[in-house]
Amino acid sequence: MFRNIFVLFAASLFCFASCKKTTPLEFQPGDKGELEVEFDNVIGGVNLQLNTGSYTNASGETFKVSLLNYYISNIKLQNADGTTYTVPRDSSYFLIKEENPSQLITLRDIPAGNYTGISFVLGVDSLKSTAPVAERTGALDPAAAGAGMYWSWNSGYIFLKMEGPSDVATSGDKKFRYHIGGFGGFSTPMFNNIKQISLTAPGTSMAEVRKGKAEAPHIHIMADASKVMNGPMNISIATNTTVMVSPFSVNIANNYVSMFSIDHIHND
Amino acid sequence: MINKKKSIRARLGITIAVIVALVSLGVACTKTSRQERKPMPLVLPSNFPAPIYNLSSNPITVEGFELGRKLFYDTKLSRDGTISCGSCHIQGSAFTHHGHDVSHGIEDRLGVRNSPPIMNLAWSQFFFWDGGVFNLDLQPIAPIENPVEMDEHIPNVIEKLKSDAQYPGLFYKAFGEGDITSSKMLMALSQFMLQCVSAESKYDKVVRKEGAVFSAEEQLGFDVFKAKCASCHSSDLFTDNKFHNNGLVPSMVNDSGRYRITLDPKDFYLFKTPSLRNIMKTAPYMHDGRFLNIDAVLDHYDHGVQVNSTLDTSLNKNGVVGIKLTVADRANLKAFLNTLTDDSFIRNPQLAEQ
Repeated sequence: MFRNIFVLFAASLFCFASCKKTTPLEFQPGDKGELEVEFDNVIGGVNLQLNTGSYTNASGETFKVSLLNYYISNIKLQNADGTTYTVPRDSSYFLIKEENPSQLITLRDIPAGNYTGISFVLGVDSLKSTAPVAERTGALDPAAAGAGMYWSWNSGYIFLKMEGPSDVATSGDKKFRYHIGGFGGFSTPMFNNIKQISLTAPGTSMAEVRKGKAEAPHIHIMADASKVMNGPMNISIATNTTVMVSPFSVNIANNYVSMFSIDHIHND
Repeated sequence: MINKKKSIRARLGITIAVIVALVSLGVACTKTSRQERKPMPLVLPSNFPAPIYNLSSNPITVEGFELGRKLFYDTKLSRDGTISCGSCHIQGSAFTHHGHDVSHGIEDRLGVRNSPPIMNLAWSQFFFWDGGVFNLDLQPIAPIENPVEMDEHIPNVIEKLKSDAQYPGLFYKAFGEGDITSSKMLMALSQFMLQCVSAESKYDKVVRKEGAVFSAEEQLGFDVFKAKCASCHSSDLFTDNKFHNNGLVPSMVNDSGRYRITLDPKDFYLFKTPSLRNIMKTAPYMHDGRFLNIDAVLDHYDHGVQVNSTLDTSLNKNGVVGIKLTVADRANLKAFLNTLTDDSFIRNPQLAEQ
């Protein structure tokens, strides 16, 4: 008994010593807790306002955003101790919709620890993109939650969908439509817009996952939707009003791959 | 006071009755859920290759099949309740839309493609003329949601099924406990469609040595077929499940076919090889139904094939474009193609709207 307490004491001492600035609560091996991840959609330095906010892209074109949806999947968490925790596949698919009241996802049963980074796939991996219908549940149900994020005529998920009105759009209803997907083709190789994104927390901040915490730690990610159009190739709405299943979509995916960053983490 | 006592007693009586009813219902439910669903395994014809559909992922039962059949023939699947799957896939025409070059859907809106048969789908890797869907279970989403076909959203269909008098019970029988979900609906539709097997034509009875023999003309036609057609219309499915450009002049809509799916320039104007089973019942022909009868098809292969960059090499060999057919070849070939008609399939009452 005394020996156990001594070991625990030593372990917590060690823990205190290794974490210089913050003093995270100690935890036991096998402890599990929750972690919240918020995808805060913004445009440049301002909050994204669906339908009302007016924005200008790098090509000098003015536009509004009426819809922004994207899939986040295959989440991995980087632990300060150098290990990586992979969220189990079946609880690792989320559809973020700006039109919903919340863009917050809660990851459950995460091993207690201090997490300094998160990586995820923007989109749906090829394995799930070709999975049997019974395995396409929740956000991936192409006929329910995922409706509108699935090409029924060319089986595949739309990874990111952004639409909005713009006076320079050449479509009948003056809207640009960017429906970006493509998992690499089922039998014939095709473009692949599955994007792996890795983010590191700023400074020394860490998400402290603990068992039974009243407030789950919270990773606040900024998703700058202006980067759908601005990036290695600045997209002109006038020139490319509609981009869906086309090789050009690769340029948009190459832009938005850098739209995410961890703004801050709070632990209470 | 007495009244109160009475009412308490009455209430107690009612409560007991309700409890008894619930208990017996519970017993009944337990019985039903324990009750085995009747398996209805797919009969695999001995002259067919191995099926492609993963049958163990969706074991067919009588209850699932019957639910799928009801869904297949139900106009609830369309926005305004006018169109069912069976509207454009008519059993008597081997589940095609006989007499229509391209199918008309809701409000008589026209599509751009001829509706293909619902037949031997367990042996199909790709669905639609361009093969854009690679799993039978995912196939029905496209026509249900296509604005020129059924123009409905599946979440709405599920709501309609949930509020229907019969469907909740039928889904329970087919899939047990739980809500009606889109995946159950799609799997029930698959169970019905998988059972649409055509393998009892005269041809089958000849090759399986079940007592039938070809006439001289049919045998000559079979020989022509083997020499000139079977490279694409291969195996006893009469399709290689692949995509080819068979030299059709692109129509006004300039349907790019398989290219639309793969964006591979080599796939421009390629379409899936259709099976020839029940071919004499499925006019008009080609992806856009441009040929109204089988003679027009044979004319095309004999002297209508257009050379372009993606034309299948089998149609442009040694300087010969197309497939040259003598008058006798044509007559024999047609006699042979007639042996591919499967009346027991076309008239199978199990597959008909009940």
